[in-house]
Amino acid sequence: MSTMAQKKGFGAVLWEYLTTVDHKKIAHLYLIAGGFFFIVGGIEALIIRIQLLKPNNDFVSAGLFNEVITMHGTTMIFLAAMPLLLGFMNAVMPLQIGARDVAFPFLNSLGFWLFFFGGVFLNLSWFMGGAPNAGWTSYASLSIAQEGHGIDFYALGLQISGFGTLMGGINFLVTIINMRAPGMTYMRMPLFSWTTFVASAMILFAFPPLTVALFLMTFDRMFGANFFDAAMGGNTIIWEHFFWIFGHPEVYILILPAFGIFSEIFAIFSRKRLFGYSSMVFATVLIAFLGFMVWAHHMFTTGLGPVANAIFSVSTMAIAVPTGIKIFNWLFTMWGGSIKLTTPMLWAIAFIPSFIMGGVTGVMLGSASQDFQYHDTYFVIAHFHYVIVGGVVFALFAGAHLWWPKMFGQMLNETLGKITFVLFFVGFHMTFFIQHFLGLWGMPRRIFTFLPGQGLETGNFISSIGAFLMGAGTIVFLLNVVITAVKNEKVGNDPWGDGRTIEWGIPSPPPFYNFKQLPLVRGIDTYWIEKMEGRKELVPAEPLGDIHMPNNSFIPFMISLGLFIAAFGAMHHGDQGNTWGLPVLIAGLVITFGSMLTRSLKDDHGYHIHKEELIDDEDKGVRA
Amino acid sequence: MHAEEKMTLEKWPASPERQTLEAKNKFVGFWLFLGGETVLFASLFATYIALKDSVPKSDMALAKDLFEIPLAFAMTMILLTSSLTSVYAMYHMKNFEFKKMQLWLGITVILGLAFLGLEIYEFNHYVHEFEHTFTSSAFGSAFYTLVGFHGGHVAFGLGWIIALIIRNSKRGLNLYNAPKYYTASLYWHFIDVVWVFIFTVVYLVGMVG
Repeated sequence: MSTMAQKKGFGAVLWEYLTTVDHKKIAHLYLIAGGFFFIVGGIEALIIRIQLLKPNNDFVSAGLFNEVITMHGTTMIFLAAMPLLLGFMNAVMPLQIGARDVAFPFLNSLGFWLFFFGGVFLNLSWFMGGAPNAGWTSYASLSIAQEGHGIDFYALGLQISGFGTLMGGINFLVTIINMRAPGMTYMRMPLFSWTTFVASAMILFAFPPLTVALFLMTFDRMFGANFFDAAMGGNTIIWEHFFWIFGHPEVYILILPAFGIFSEIFAIFSRKRLFGYSSMVFATVLIAFLGFMVWAHHMFTTGLGPVANAIFSVSTMAIAVPTGIKIFNWLFTMWGGSIKLTTPMLWAIAFIPSFIMGGVTGVMLGSASQDFQYHDTYFVIAHFHYVIVGGVVFALFAGAHLWWPKMFGQMLNETLGKITFVLFFVGFHMTFFIQHFLGLWGMPRRIFTFLPGQGLETGNFISSIGAFLMGAGTIVFLLNVVITAVKNEKVGNDPWGDGRTIEWGIPSPPPFYNFKQLPLVRGIDTYWIEKMEGRKELVPAEPLGDIHMPNNSFIPFMISLGLFIAAFGAMHHGDQGNTWGLPVLIAGLVITFGSMLTRSLKDDHGYHIHKEELIDDEDKGVRA
Repeated sequence: MHAEEKMTLEKWPASPERQTLEAKNKFVGFWLFLGGETVLFASLFATYIALKDSVPKSDMALAKDLFEIPLAFAMTMILLTSSLTSVYAMYHMKNFEFKKMQLWLGITVILGLAFLGLEIYEFNHYVHEFEHTFTSSAFGSAFYTLVGFHGGHVAFGLGWIIALIIRNSKRGLNLYNAPKYYTASLYWHFIDVVWVFIFTVVYLVGMVG
């Protein structure tokens, strides 16, 4: 393991990544897989916009259009945004709190492979008889009646990948509770670690309702149950409730880590301490808390009655208060700071007005009486793309540029980074700003085409052009990644020169054990404090000693593979004349539970890196 | 203190389940996992309450026709007792009495198996006497899903405890397997708590209509 720097063959690298339990390598896996699905979801978005480029277009059929919009939403939320954020959490959070790894390295690997196999399963639907086509919300009245296996792919694929996310959440919670470095009190944790902590807690309580909803859907569609079939006494509203009891916290699970990324960026590139740190923490927790009591604002038109609608209206609008606290804190962080307009900072500054627009339309939609007008129109589409793209995707780009040198040891090109930003930023507002008005002019969501002469041509045309600009921005980013990798210019510990938190005090990329000696934390912005006192390195909190490390394992891959196989069996066992479905279902579950049993029975004590080896590393220039 | 170190009574610490960092992580992580499980069962309870007695035809069996106190009470007492025996096992673990711990866990497993046997008998009874099945109505789907999920948890817990008993039978207690025993017993208590709610919400409430 300490021969990481040596050149290895492709097979060895592949095996290393299939079995790795190192949070930094798992982060690479999340970024690669999440990036791939981001591109897939992006292509689906472009297909939607090409189809809506002009009236009566026939680029795709109505049926295929339904599949494309469903898969665009599902892919972007579950397979792109979530894993990319989990990737950053994995890459950065343990470093920020001064830990050598996450609490459960094995579970970390398991979480990734579950997500990966779930995502692959869901996307195989394209080649195996048609993708899900009931929208990303998959409302039960529609989805239980759909022919074919599309919805089955949705229910089973999200189930598998949801297990993975749940494990990731528990893992990060325990890591932060138990493994902070000496002196790293909760109220000294960097904001990104705080938002990871809160988002993980939300994952823990928001994903089980989704698990149940997907089980009910699976039972209804594949095992003859009647949860959502009104003729058999069922009730389709149950799905709506569970989906949004999960779904609304989910959007805060996405946006809170994004807030964390921006909080780091504003402080670094304003070269000032984050303004109102404790109020930021308070606002984060409050948003998470309120985020669980607003789900029914997605269901104002379902008919829950005026009392329920009024309560959920008020709680929804209340969320604007802690969010406002955050916005002002970011502005005051920049106020009087010595601002550097780097690429991450450009994304961060652009995020503020973009996100506020999404927030304002959010308050408009939160008013139940107004919502009846906006419901199911392009106004809603514009709103949630303003918060998710203007908030989360901006943060993903910003975070990628900020932490790329820390993760890979090379700086992304700043010029190309700024070109990415300009293309994407302009494209984003072109695509979605006009959609507010398209919605107000009466364009419903999820229609596959529109007629000429209804005043919708120009708006849709502008929107489609904007989508291509976003695509171009993404291509420039990918180009930047390739060019950077080819150039391969190594950077030092603190390539931006203004790093404040612990991760900037160790090498880029960090050694596999992260910290030779755990750092001593003496306040917020640990590394900044050391730099202000003239030190170049972190102060160690412990003498040099042996480090305990976990062993790599192939078992997570096998556990996930078993569920992947079982899902095919579950999906097909009810087909006319199918004989192999049930055996495959059982075989898959045997693989999964057999692998779990193997893990339980086989002792795995890990290994120790000895003090002498660490001293050797130092001689070779690996410093920590 | 290394986890795999050979242990004696003199060296055995007061909280053997929380001595290493791995064990502390497991302890906190498992409690959090149980928090998630609580939400999972809460969702299943909500579904059951929403669909209770919701049947397509008026002549189909309802909760008040199905449930009988003696069987549900017997199952409850068996499972509660099994929770108590697992507490005895943990008591002996803390005192480094390996044989007694294994014995009490064995009794826990027998009680758990008895519970599962009664549950299978019960389901079988409903299916054949009342034609109350998983697919007959939304009520049936919700009932078998809630109680079946619990039964599945019991089966998983039994497999887990049996695996621990067999795996460690020859080597005794150490700081590596003590947290494993401890989390298994936590899981067993959790299953028991869920059953208390099932007994109340499904059986007691069901019988009064």
